[in-house]
Amino acid sequence: MSFAIIMTGFVALYIFVLAGFAGWVIIGNVPAILHTPLMSGSNFVHGIVVVGGLYALFNAVTPQEQTIGFFAVLLGAGNAAGGYAVTDRMLAMFKSSDAKPAHHRASVHTIKKG
Amino acid sequence: MLVTISQIVIGTADLAAAFLFLFGLQRMSSPATAPSGIRVAGLGMVAAVLASFFYLASVSPAAQPHVMVNLALALVALAIGGAGAWFVGRRVAMTAMPQMVAIYNGMGGGAAGSIAAVELFGGHTQGATQLVVTLLGGLIGAISLSGSVIAWAKLDGVLKVPLRVRGQQYVNGAVFLAAIAVAGLVVASVLGVDGLLLTTPQWIWVFFACALLFGVLMTLPIGGADMPVVISIYNAFTGLAVGLEGFVLQNPALMIAGMVVGAAGLLLTVIMAKAMNRSIANVLFTNFGTVAKARPGAITGTERPTDASDAAIKMRYAGKVIIVPGYGLAAAHAQQKLFEFVKLLVAAKVMVRFAIHPVAGRMPGQMDVLLAEAGVPYDMIFQLDDINDDFASTDVALVIGANDVVNPAARSDKASPIYGMPILNADKAAQVYVIKRGQGKGYSGIVNALFYAPNCNMVYGDAQAVLVQMIEAIRGLGAAAA
Repeated sequence: MSFAIIMTGFVALYIFVLAGFAGWVIIGNVPAILHTPLMSGSNFVHGIVVVGGLYALFNAVTPQEQTIGFFAVLLGAGNAAGGYAVTDRMLAMFKSSDAKPAHHRASVHTIKKG
Repeated sequence: MLVTISQIVIGTADLAAAFLFLFGLQRMSSPATAPSGIRVAGLGMVAAVLASFFYLASVSPAAQPHVMVNLALALVALAIGGAGAWFVGRRVAMTAMPQMVAIYNGMGGGAAGSIAAVELFGGHTQGATQLVVTLLGGLIGAISLSGSVIAWAKLDGVLKVPLRVRGQQYVNGAVFLAAIAVAGLVVASVLGVDGLLLTTPQWIWVFFACALLFGVLMTLPIGGADMPVVISIYNAFTGLAVGLEGFVLQNPALMIAGMVVGAAGLLLTVIMAKAMNRSIANVLFTNFGTVAKARPGAITGTERPTDASDAAIKMRYAGKVIIVPGYGLAAAHAQQKLFEFVKLLVAAKVMVRFAIHPVAGRMPGQMDVLLAEAGVPYDMIFQLDDINDDFASTDVALVIGANDVVNPAARSDKASPIYGMPILNADKAAQVYVIKRGQGKGYSGIVNALFYAPNCNMVYGDAQAVLVQMIEAIRGLGAAAA
C-alpha cells in the first residue's frame, strides 16, 4: 500500500472548487468588525507556502536552486510568523463590555472617585 | 519503510493543518471566539511545518549529497524569516497595520514565486500541465510580490504621489502580454523546441522580470485611498499562487489553504469596492483614488461653530448618542481620549454607540481595531447596515475625523463624485457635532453639505485637544453637582 499523494487534473480541480467554495462561505460569515484581523489571518493561512518552500529547498541541487529555495523558506516563514503575530495581537484587543482588561478597570475606578 | 512513514506523517499533518485552518477561520465569525480561531490555525501551521522535515527522508537522488547543507539553509531561513517577522509584528503600531498586511502578502507571493522558480530552473515539472500551472503560479506570485512592495511603500508614505503617465494602461497591457508570451516560450523551450534565441534558464529569468515589472506598473498609478482594495486583491493573488504551486508540489494542504485565501481575498475585494461605490475594474484601471475636483458654490449657508464644552454638556444630557469616527481620529491619536469621554457619558446613563463606515480607516475594519485597542468594547461598535436606521431616533451624532462617509451629497447630488456611495446618515440625528481641524476641505476635497445643515454645529480644533476640553466640561459638571 502506498501513501504517496498523487493528484491529477480533475482531482486537483475538485479540491480547488470545494476549497474555494468553503472559503467563500466561511469568510462571508465573518462580521465587518473583524475584517482587518480576517485579512491578516487569511494572510497567515497562505503562509503555509513555507511548507512548499521547505520541500523545494530540500530537493535543491544547484547553488542557484539552493539560493532561491532559501528565499522561498525565508519569505514563507516571515509570512506565517508575521501574519500570526499581528492577527493574534489584534484579536486579543477585542473585549466585550463585561470583560475589561485590568488597566481599563483601573481608569474607570478613578473616574468614579472624581 | 522510512519513506512510507514520512508520507504518512506529512499526509496526516497536512490534512490536520487544512482542517484547522478552515476551523480557525470559521471561529472568526464572532469577536468572542476569534482569538481561539487564530490559535487553532497556528497549531495547524506548526504541525505542517514540523512534519515537512520528513520530506528529507525522500529527497530526489540528485539532491541526496546536499541534504545536510539544505537542511542547514532551511533552519537558518526559518529562524531569520520567522523571528524577524515575529519581532516586527509584535511591535508595529495598529495604525501601520495596512502596510504590514501588504508586506506579509508580498512575502507569501514571493515565496510562491520562488517555489515556481526552483521547480522551473531545476526542471522538476513533469508534463505540460504541471509546467503551465507552475508558470501561472509564478506569474501571480511575482506580481503579488512586486505589487505588494509598491503598496507597502505607498501606505508607509515612502511613495507619496501616484505615478502616472499618458498611455500607461497600454504599456501595462503590453508588459502583461509580454509576460504571457515569454511564458509560452518557456513552455516551448522546456518541451524541446529549438531556435528560440535564448536558453531555457534565460527565458525563465525574462519571464520573472516581466511579471515583477507588471506588478510594479500595475500598482504605481493607483492612489492611496484605493490601497485597501489593492491589498485585498494581492491577498487573493497570493492565495491563488500558493494554491497553484500546491498542485505542482502535489500538496493538498497548500491547495486548500491557497484557495480558501483566494476566495477570502476576492470576497473582501468585492465588499470594499461596493462600500466605495466603485467596480474593481474602476479601481484598478481608472486612477481615481486621489483628489476629486471640489465644486464650490453648490452649497449656500455658513458653518456654525460652537464650543467644545457646550457640545459636551449637550451630549451629557442626551438620551442617545452615536459617534462616527474616521481615520482623522487615529491621525490625531485621540482614540483613548474619545473612549475616556464615552465612559463619562455612559456613567451618566447616556446610550453611546459607535457607527463604523466600511471604508473608515485605511483598510476594511481598521477603525474597529483602533477602537478596540483604545479599550472600546466590541458590543458598542456597530456597522453601517446595523445602525444607519437608528440615526433618525438619535439625539446627538458626533462626527470625529470623518468627512466623506457622512456627506449627504452621496444620497442626493448626482453631480457629486461620491454620488451613490453608501453613507452613514449622521445628518438625520436631531443634533450633529463635527470635530474638525479647521474650515478647510477634507481629504477628498469634496464640499460636505452636512457641515452647512441647520442641525449641525462645528467644533474646530485638534481632536485630542477638543476631547480633553469635553472631558473637563463634564467633570466640571460632576463637581458642581456634588
